[in-house]
Amino acid sequence: MDFMTLLQVLDSTVRLATPLLLACLAGLYSERAGIFDIGLEGKMLAAAFFSAAVAYMSGSVWLGLLAGIGASVVLSILHGLASITFRGNQLISGVAINFLAAGMTVLVAQSWFAQGGRTPSLTGAARFDPITLPLAETLQNVPILGPIYHELISGHSILVYLAFLMVPGTWWLLYRTRFGLRLRAVGENPAAVDTAGVSVVALRYAAVLICGVLCGIAGAYLATALQAGFVKDMTAGRGFIALAALIFAKWRPWYALSACLLFGLLQAVALRYQNIDLGSFVIPVQVMDALPYILTVVILAGFVGRAIPPRAGGEPYVKER
Amino acid sequence: MTTMTTAPAIQLKGISKAFGPVQANKDISISVQPGTIHGIIGENGAGKSTLMSILYGFYKADKGEIWIKGQHTQIPDSQAAIAAGIGMVFQHFKLVENFTVLENIILGAEDGALLRPSIAKARKELQHLAEEYGLNVDPDTLIENLSVGHQQRVEILKALYRQADILILDEPTGVLTPAEADQLFRILARLKEEGKTIILITHKLREIMDITDTVSVMRRGEMTATVKTSQTSPEELAELMVGRKVLLRVDKKPATPGDVVLEVENLQVIDEKGVERLKGIGLSVRAGEILGIAGVAGNGQSELLEVLGGICDATGTIRMNGTELPLTGKGAHGQSRRAAGIAHVPEDRQREGLIMDYSAWENTVFGYHRDPAIQKGFLMDNAAIQEEAQAKMDRFDVRPPHPKLAAKNFSGGNQQKIVLAREIERNPDLLLIGQPTRGVDIGAIEFIHQQIVNLRDQGKAILLVSVELDEILSLSDRIAVMFDGQIMGERMPDQTDEKELGLLMAGVVQTPDASLEKVVDQQFALQEEEREGTR
Repeated sequence: MDFMTLLQVLDSTVRLATPLLLACLAGLYSERAGIFDIGLEGKMLAAAFFSAAVAYMSGSVWLGLLAGIGASVVLSILHGLASITFRGNQLISGVAINFLAAGMTVLVAQSWFAQGGRTPSLTGAARFDPITLPLAETLQNVPILGPIYHELISGHSILVYLAFLMVPGTWWLLYRTRFGLRLRAVGENPAAVDTAGVSVVALRYAAVLICGVLCGIAGAYLATALQAGFVKDMTAGRGFIALAALIFAKWRPWYALSACLLFGLLQAVALRYQNIDLGSFVIPVQVMDALPYILTVVILAGFVGRAIPPRAGGEPYVKER
Repeated sequence: MTTMTTAPAIQLKGISKAFGPVQANKDISISVQPGTIHGIIGENGAGKSTLMSILYGFYKADKGEIWIKGQHTQIPDSQAAIAAGIGMVFQHFKLVENFTVLENIILGAEDGALLRPSIAKARKELQHLAEEYGLNVDPDTLIENLSVGHQQRVEILKALYRQADILILDEPTGVLTPAEADQLFRILARLKEEGKTIILITHKLREIMDITDTVSVMRRGEMTATVKTSQTSPEELAELMVGRKVLLRVDKKPATPGDVVLEVENLQVIDEKGVERLKGIGLSVRAGEILGIAGVAGNGQSELLEVLGGICDATGTIRMNGTELPLTGKGAHGQSRRAAGIAHVPEDRQREGLIMDYSAWENTVFGYHRDPAIQKGFLMDNAAIQEEAQAKMDRFDVRPPHPKLAAKNFSGGNQQKIVLAREIERNPDLLLIGQPTRGVDIGAIEFIHQQIVNLRDQGKAILLVSVELDEILSLSDRIAVMFDGQIMGERMPDQTDEKELGLLMAGVVQTPDASLEKVVDQQFALQEEEREGTR
């Protein structure tokens, strides 16, 4: 494999890791606050559809992004109502959101655009364009570093850079601010937060809302940057892979980055090497497509070791005497 | 205003609180003078915790007023309670286990949006508090690596850091060794000297007598009396709590031990984390004898009961009436242990002794449900079981005596009576009984203790595990003390005292003149070593 091919695979890794990373960080906020969120997938899907639909209709990708975030936040609030206010089962609420999004997006898409459950293709200002970083062209011919800068680092949409900046941002927020301290505490022992005179409910809603915003950006990225338009089930399990990455990362932001890059790499490899000819035998494309998912299972089963989730995760908080 | 100087630290006027049909607090009035230690004593469900929860803003009273330092104060939430200078140390600590001491202390009392300045300030303040009150804790240790006694100090420090001058402690000694409890009381005395007001909630009469200035007694949601501690006695307080005369001492004849029933040699248990929980235990129990196992919770007593009861596997030897019992595999299950004549009243009756959602009559046959006497073809003879359950409940004075009521609807004491009835009435050779009176009211304690002694007098062997030293001392015919998976020694109850047992419980075999402080430090050092060892 030559150097350029390697760069192309890595470049593709970055693109494919971005939605995983955003969703993974979304889950991190929610689960660190003690709200398990299996509905990342559904929120991304809803955001993908509404961002594509609004971007198409308005011609502005930024309005599309806002619509995507809005749709995802609405579902987040639903999850919050079910699991914080009404102390319901967080898994069931998450599953319901996934079903709701899967059905609703296709239904509304068919009713609005009549194209078999997809949105029309997005062009021009209705999509996020790649950004060429300063000096990328001039430095292109510098050996090794030039191509790395030009091919790998430059030339992504703004959402990719946003996603990667969210990693140090999240770390700082979690470990260096009052909000982060309280957020982590409420996922470990909400009673400690409550008796310290801080509202458990408000903290958990804040976490769930941040989760909604990040899922919204992830979904919008899928439909308006990675691809040009919405198609049925376009998240393709990314929400669940993000959850797997979150467990793999032991609910920590920097580990989350590594985990998402690893899963992105698996997807990139599967995309690039569709049919592998081994002379007498050809590995079919379906095997390659399934590979990232299979490896997800293998990695989670074998390599995670002891991952301790936030101790109050999944438990509604009830004041005790 | 001249009245301000003598204003009570806390004054509650006519507090009432109902949960549905249950009146948890009925028209309660109380007045606590500043700079005193005020005890509140009462049985489980008497309403002590509810009252304190109202004071700390967890619940809102239906009626009544709260006056703090002479001012009428509204306490809608914990924030308001903290602002009024009230700090609370809950029975179950409200600490974040994987945070450091400092992080726990500033949580909710941070000075700004960024952590760094708050932590620096707290570190300084902590040093100051440590010097002033003798509350030393390493500020950078994770809570999960601290001993229970030190975790409790963190709770007290949390309150002091928030400028509390009224400190409420809810059953603070339940989790402490006697030495740690003594240390806590010294700290409380120090806090009192500094002018803090302390409210101590407990069900232990001895603590009330030892440390409080005044004491209020609660019964069934009402405040039945408030007296000066120096002018009352444990007997009087017990009577006020229960509403009738109570026998505090167990009434029993000297034991007449017979043949050895249970023999245990070199019993070893290693848990799934690889930690050695029992390190080669040996003991024996004779017929007509109560062997009491003393120790702080978590030193291997639970594992000992579980191995004998057939719940957990082990290596070593157990002989029952001279026959060796298997320690692993099919022969080591509860069923075969019962067949061998071992009955087990587990430590955690709500999780292991009963199925809380099942009715009392169903609970009276669990473990014995294969008995041919209660089968009818391939069905169970429910009518017979219910009839038998009714008879058992009458004999054991279970209230209310309704076999069809779910186990969870009985009080702790009555739940324990159901378990006891099931196990004792099967006429076992050996009764294993763990924490027989945990969460049980004084009135029921008397009854349960009497049942255990009666069983002994019938010539049965009894292995009693309890973290309550009083209970061990008053029931046992022989006492073995466990520490760190080992038996530190055996003593006869009339030849020992709480102090000697307390030292053994802390893992110290002989310290003629060591101060308690030193003992506790040694204990922590041992625990540290243990932790290092398991890493």
